[in-house]
Order: sequence, then structure tokens, then C-alpha cells
Amino acid sequence: MSGMRTLTFDAIVVGGGGAGLRAALQLTESGVKTACISKVFPTRSHTVSAQGGITCAIASDDPQDDWRWHMYDTVKGSDYIGDQDAIEYMCSVGPRAVYELDHMGLPFSRTREGRIYQRPFGGQSKNYGEGGQAARTCAAADRTGHALLHTLYQANLKSQTVFLNEWYAVDLVTNARQQVTGVLALCIETGEVVYIKARATVLATGGAGRIYASTTNALINTGDGVGMSLRAGFMAQDMEMWQFHPTGIYGAGVLVTEGCRGEGGYLVNGEGERFMDRYAPNARDLASRDVVSRSMILEILEGRGAGPNKDHVLLKLDHLGEETLTKRLPGICELSKTFAHVDPAREPVPVVPTCHYMMGGIPTSVEGQALMQDDAGQQIGVDGLYACGEAACVSVHGANRLGGNSLLDLVVFGRAVGLHIRDRLAEESESLAASDTDIEAAMARLNRLEATESGESVADLRHELQNVMQLSFGVFREEKAMLEGLEKLRSLKERIAHVHLEDKSRAFNTARIEALELDNLFEVAFATAFSALERKESRGAHARNDYPDRDDENWLKHSLYFPKQQRVGKRDVNFSPEKVASFPPKMRSY
Amino acid sequence: MDVQVSVYRYNPERDDVPRMQDMTVAVPDGKDLMVLDVLERLKAQDPTLTYRRSCREGVCGSDGMNIGGTNGLACVTPLSEALKKGRLVLRPLPGLPVIRDLVVDMSLFYRQYEKVRPWLINDTAPPAQERLQSPEEREQLDGLYECILCACCSTSCPSFWWNPDRFVGPAGLLQAYRFLADSRDTAASERLSALQDPFSVFRCRGIMNCVNVCPKGLNPTRAIGHIRTMLLRRGI
Amino acid sequence: MVAPVTSLARSGLGDWVVQRLTAVLLAGYVLFMVAWLFAHAPLDYDQWRDLFAHTWMRVFSLLALLSLCAHAWIGLWTLSGDYLNERALGRKALLVRFLFQMFCGAALFGYGVWGIQILWEL
Repeated sequence: MSGMRTLTFDAIVVGGGGAGLRAALQLTESGVKTACISKVFPTRSHTVSAQGGITCAIASDDPQDDWRWHMYDTVKGSDYIGDQDAIEYMCSVGPRAVYELDHMGLPFSRTREGRIYQRPFGGQSKNYGEGGQAARTCAAADRTGHALLHTLYQANLKSQTVFLNEWYAVDLVTNARQQVTGVLALCIETGEVVYIKARATVLATGGAGRIYASTTNALINTGDGVGMSLRAGFMAQDMEMWQFHPTGIYGAGVLVTEGCRGEGGYLVNGEGERFMDRYAPNARDLASRDVVSRSMILEILEGRGAGPNKDHVLLKLDHLGEETLTKRLPGICELSKTFAHVDPAREPVPVVPTCHYMMGGIPTSVEGQALMQDDAGQQIGVDGLYACGEAACVSVHGANRLGGNSLLDLVVFGRAVGLHIRDRLAEESESLAASDTDIEAAMARLNRLEATESGESVADLRHELQNVMQLSFGVFREEKAMLEGLEKLRSLKERIAHVHLEDKSRAFNTARIEALELDNLFEVAFATAFSALERKESRGAHARNDYPDRDDENWLKHSLYFPKQQRVGKRDVNFSPEKVASFPPKMRSY
Repeated sequence: MDVQVSVYRYNPERDDVPRMQDMTVAVPDGKDLMVLDVLERLKAQDPTLTYRRSCREGVCGSDGMNIGGTNGLACVTPLSEALKKGRLVLRPLPGLPVIRDLVVDMSLFYRQYEKVRPWLINDTAPPAQERLQSPEEREQLDGLYECILCACCSTSCPSFWWNPDRFVGPAGLLQAYRFLADSRDTAASERLSALQDPFSVFRCRGIMNCVNVCPKGLNPTRAIGHIRTMLLRRGI
Repeated sequence: MVAPVTSLARSGLGDWVVQRLTAVLLAGYVLFMVAWLFAHAPLDYDQWRDLFAHTWMRVFSLLALLSLCAHAWIGLWTLSGDYLNERALGRKALLVRFLFQMFCGAALFGYGVWGIQILWEL
């Protein structure tokens, strides 16, 4: 403790992706003294890889478009466990948040009228599912995430947000009253450990797709925020809900956007059949992602896959013509050539469902405050802790996220948490305090690594963890395999606790960072395993062979994982939007 | 198949001077790995080996390095192309201070980027919706906004090596032009005034190293030419 | 830090324009001389004298000379900023660069004066 520097801010945002940058921007512009901590330079965050667009009813493609239709699609897409108050907020505030992005300079593609170009995406409909396919995803070619992230970073530069780039948040600092008073952070370049004290800590650390062996996610997506929050004893919600994106490039895992199908591409099996016609006769290739991914896996399991091993399917794009491809999908052409050695203008792209998005995360209120349960089982806010983006579970995505809703989630809730913290800090002047012991407790992992003399390597353990998750908690799940998986995770827990950090140098020690990340991957994987076993039904992305049907009687609920007790509980889904009548659960078909 | 790799190593806590280290790594036959995959395998062997990486698909710009003498992104450079006489030679991006191994201090590079005020400036009150822009006006931004700030271009530019504190460099200038070319931006005159000194733009000698190495296929030299033309139009 | 105080036009644009204009003028002068020499081969001293007896030729030559000085100054000044800066030479860069620029300035001035003397037979 002695000699450790303390940096003090009103608010800190952990994570420099879309959600973190949007939150930091809102806070800085509101005059709140804010620092944004990011383990990579902000434009290297995974938001940069988002391709297709940001879904929002700005009524450019269809002047009649209505945010309520978008809300209906999102509720249906979530398989009815998305909170309707939150979805209402996201869909209704969305247009404003998107226009703000344009005003900041985001280079959206344009229509002839000069408005923002919108393309069709999966699960989109007009008139509450009655009016056919909608085109609601605002796009900057197929580089929307890149354009969005750079624009937000630039807006933060303009507003002079304080950035602590290449700093790694190790753990939350919590006091005896379970208030969060900041984080312990490591400056990667120098190895210095600093207590960053703040009245509000926002976790915007993104997803954790790296718990799976095959993922579209960046190498940095290790669930650091969820891991920190779980270690601090706070609950996580809907952790069994992992989205497998239908079109990850076979063998490489790199994503090709749903926008490919939005622009008219479609999937064929090894026999050349357009198989989605059988699984989703109306929406076909633009059914929801969970539906398409399951259909693909079934095709492969039934022996109709493509390639010598019949282990993937094909995404056909050549009929779109070279001009559309270079204008609307230039990035996809580049990625296909680099990673699949295929020119989409000539040959189909080999694709396979690949882990893509964590619908679960840190449960929060619509304003972004993290939630915990009091002794009576009531939801209360965690003092000082907020979350937004993929790390949070507001929950707008429920059991399955619609394409293009993640970027909207980032900007709407990044903005919302900023607005809320501004108001909260203006009301309360009290600063939350932590004792030296509290800070020392957050040092535990660093001290443990510093003391290791032998043990297994980070790379080996991570590899094993990823394989367990891939085999036991993939697209289709069943109890036996999941129990085996959980057993393996339990043994891994012990081994990861004794992982060996060979390199103890201070300057830019990425080995230490990877060891710290491994703990977070494990926390997320463990929570996923428990939650997946507990939810005995099939809903959205959670498909169980042993419980193939949706069970609204018992499971029209969020799952809650309590790390201290290693127990899974339930939480009611919100069905009370303010401005519209709620959407009751219906049979979900596309 | 075994591949011989020669990697630039420097740990400020242990080494007085940098050195090249020879390493051997096994790669699968019949599959062309990317250079980043090779690095990941090397790091599994020797966890002290240090480099930056994130998206592993060529859009985040983390793993710019000098591969066999040419700047590029490790994650989208196939090993087959990177091998020179059967060896893979990896060095950090030239011209910037090395922090450790393949990691360089990019502060100077970022400072030049910030200097061009890389954000939209429009003094008029924003409309209730988006600012309209025709597809033709939007097309002016193609080939500019796609920059990933990997620094491959600026660190291959001798003018940037000699004057990284004064010459904005190809990456920064590409962004400068990205905003000059945006029909929604109203600060062209101020932007140009800030660029007319002898260093910011005019140290470009048009040798096009930047164009050769850009992993996104962008053309900073052309953008610099456009800036010069705009300056000239305004100045005469 | 290299500041543009000693640059010719104190503006990159100005320097750039001057360097291009002087280059065009010098190219024209060279082309003219080469063409004239070919046209008058074999050349004798009287022809050469006659050419330079014309005022327009003296003015043209003077322009070429001044262009050469300006062009060279911008080039050498740029060179000094590239290679004789703090990055390359450390703290003594300022002195070295100053001396180099003084030397170049003096030399170009000297050549200029000498050229005028020759042209007007002073």
C-alpha cells in the first residue's frame, strides 16, 4: 500500500470501446472530471470490428418507420426476456443518439435524398411483424463500427477527455458497505500500480467471446469488467445467453456481416440448396441469428455440410455483382480474400456459426447503475458502480440480440449512464471511501502472480478453458455434456489459481496482463456454465437438446448468478414500458 | 515444418542495447498462417516476447511492425509472403522509440494526429435530424476515413523520421484531408491556415512509401496533393 | 525544434511555390542556352560576347542567377532541417545548423554578387 499513487476523478470509465467512449464523452461534456482507462489505445477496441450497422428507426429507408416496430422486433428477438422498459428507452432515444453521431462526423453512407443509408438486417419487420421485411440498419459501408469508434474517439479528443491509454484495470476497490470506490489499475508501459479513486466507476469493458475456442471476438475480449464485478461478489445476469453468429469465416473465426444477407446474399448447404427456406419460410436468411445458426448446425449434423469434411456451409454473394460488393461490402471482400482465400464476386464464402456476443453481463437499471440484491431479495443499486455496453445486461437483448442493436446499445446506454451520473454527482457530494485494507484486497491477484515460482502456463490453461466451453456450452447444449464441462471447469479453477507467471518484469509485460485476463475468462466461463445448467428450457440462443421447448411458466425470467454462493436465482422480466402497451410473449417464428 | 524467425528483442530492465534473437517455431504443413499466428506460437514458447495485438483481422491497427524489411500488419500478412530466404525477420516500426521488443512508443504519432484537429467542426446549429450529404459528397470521404492509425505509413516515411515533431506525416495528413473533404465541415480555412508552415505538409517529398505499405490500400500521397492544391487555390 | 524563421518565405506554401517557379525559370534558361549553343556551333568568342551584350540576355541571366540562389537556399535550408536537427545531432544541432545556414547564405550571396559583376562587366 505504502507509496502507491492515488489518482482522483469524479468518474472513471473502464474501457475505451463504443460504450466507454460514449459515456466518457457525455460525462466530459457535462463538466464531470472524467478519466477513461483502456487496456488498448481506444481505436483498437473491438467496436472497431463491427461491420453491418446500427439499427434505429430514423425513417430514412421507409418514411413511415416507427421506433415501436423496432421495439416489437427487439422484444421478439430477445425471445421475450428483454426488459421492455429498457428496450423502449433504447428504441425511442435511438434516433437522437444516431443523429448525434452524424453531427460528430460519422461518415454514414447516404441515400439519394442525402439521408443516412439503411439496410435490411435479420429479425427486422414493419408494422409489428405484419408488414414484411424492414431496412432499419444505418450503415457506413460495412465499416460502421470502425467509423463509429473513430468518430467517438475524435469527439472525446475535441472535448478533452482524460485518457489513460494502455492502462489495465485489475480489480474493483470495494469497501465494507459494498460500495465501489474506484479501481486498482496497472500502467502497462511502466508497470506502476495506481489506485484510481472515483465517485462513479463505469464498467464498459465489452464482451468475453474469448472463453470459446472459435470466436469472432478480438483477442482482448476477455470479460474483464464482468470478471472484476464477479470477484467483488456482485451478481451477473443471463450468462448462459451467448450469441453464435451465423457467418464467421470457416477456419479463421473472422466475422462477415449479416449485412451480406441484408444486401441479398444467402446461405447454401453442400448440395447447393438454399436451406433457410425450410427453417424460416418468411424471413429466410434474415431470420434471427439464433435461428439461422441452429439451422446451419443441423444441416452440418445431418451430413449436408460443404467442403471435404462437410463441416461448414456457404454464403453466396457473387450474384450481387462486383459493383454492389465493392460499394456496400468492401471490407467483406477484403476479409474473404485474406482469410478464406475466396473472392466473393466469384465464389461463395465458407462460413460456420461462431461465438459472437454475450447477451448477459452485469445487471443494471435503465440508467446504467449496477444492481445487487439486498437480504430480502430486492434489487438495489450498487453505490458507485455502473456498467454499459456488452459488459452490461440492461437487458435489451434478452436471450438473443438482433443484428445492429449492439451499436445502438453502446451509444444509447453509454449516453444514458453519462447523463445519470452527472445528475447523481450533482445531487450527492459525499465521496465514497475505502480503507487501506480494501485497497490491499484488490492487490491480491497481483501479489499472487508476483509470488509464483512454478505452475502451468497461461497459454495452456486458456486453451483448455476455451475447448471446454466450445465442446460443452456451444450452440446445442445438454445436461450430461454440461455437467462434464462444469467438472472440468472446477478442476481448471484450482489450476488457474496456481498459474505460473514466469516473466515478472515491469515494463510492458503482456504476460502479466494475459495472466490477469485468464482469471476473468474463467469467472465468465464459470458463471456461464452454472447459468446454462440451471435454465432448463430452450430460449433464444440457449438451445437444449434435453429441454427443446420454451418454458414460459418457469423461465420467462432472467437468470442471476451469485458468485459467492455459486448459486443461480431468477429475476422478473420487465413488461411495463411507459409509452406503449407491453408485448406479451408469443410463439416466435420467422 | 519449422520456421526460422529472427526477432528484435529489447527489455529496458535487462538489456543495454537491443539485439536480434533467433527462434524456431513449428507451423502446420499445408496451412498458411499469418505472421501474428507465428508470434502467438512464439509467445507460448517464450512469454517474455512482447507485441501489441487486438482484433487479429486487420481493422484495429495494433500489430503494425516491420516484417522482413517492410512495414505491415502481422495479422493480415501471410507467412508465405513474409518469408525472405526462408526466414522471418521481425522488427518494431522504424523511427519511433522502442518500449520493449516490438512495441514502440506512439506518442509522437498520436500527437501529429491530434494536431490536425481530427473532428468535425461545424458552427451552425445542428438540425433535428442528420445533416444532409449527397452520395457524391460522401464519396469524397472514401479512401480517407478507413485509416486505422496503425502507423505503418508514417514510420516508413523518411520525412517523418527526420521531423516527427513537426511534419504531420502521412497518417495525420490523410485525416486532415478527410475533414477538409467533408461537406459537413465548415472550418476548411482554419484547417488550411494551420497547415501552411514549411513543416506540417511541405516536408512530403512524394516518395510514396506510405502508399506502398498501407495495409488498407489507402493513398496518403494523393490526399497530401489535394491539401497542397487547396492551399495553393486559397493562397493565390 | 527547427523553426521556420530563416526559411525564405516563412511559409511552406511560399517556399513551395518559389521553388517550383524558380525551377521552371531555370529549366527555361538551360533549354535556351543548350539550343543557342547548338544553333551557333562551332561557337567563337565574339558570338558569345554579342549574346551577352543584349540587355534582355543580361536580365534573363540575372533572373536565372537569382532563381538559382533562391532555389538553392530553400533546398539547403530544408536539408539542414532534416539532417542537422536535434534528433540527429543532439544539443549542438542549433549551432551546427546556424553555422551551416550562415555558410550557405554567405556563399550564395557571394555567387550572386560575383554573377552581377560578370554580367555587367563591373
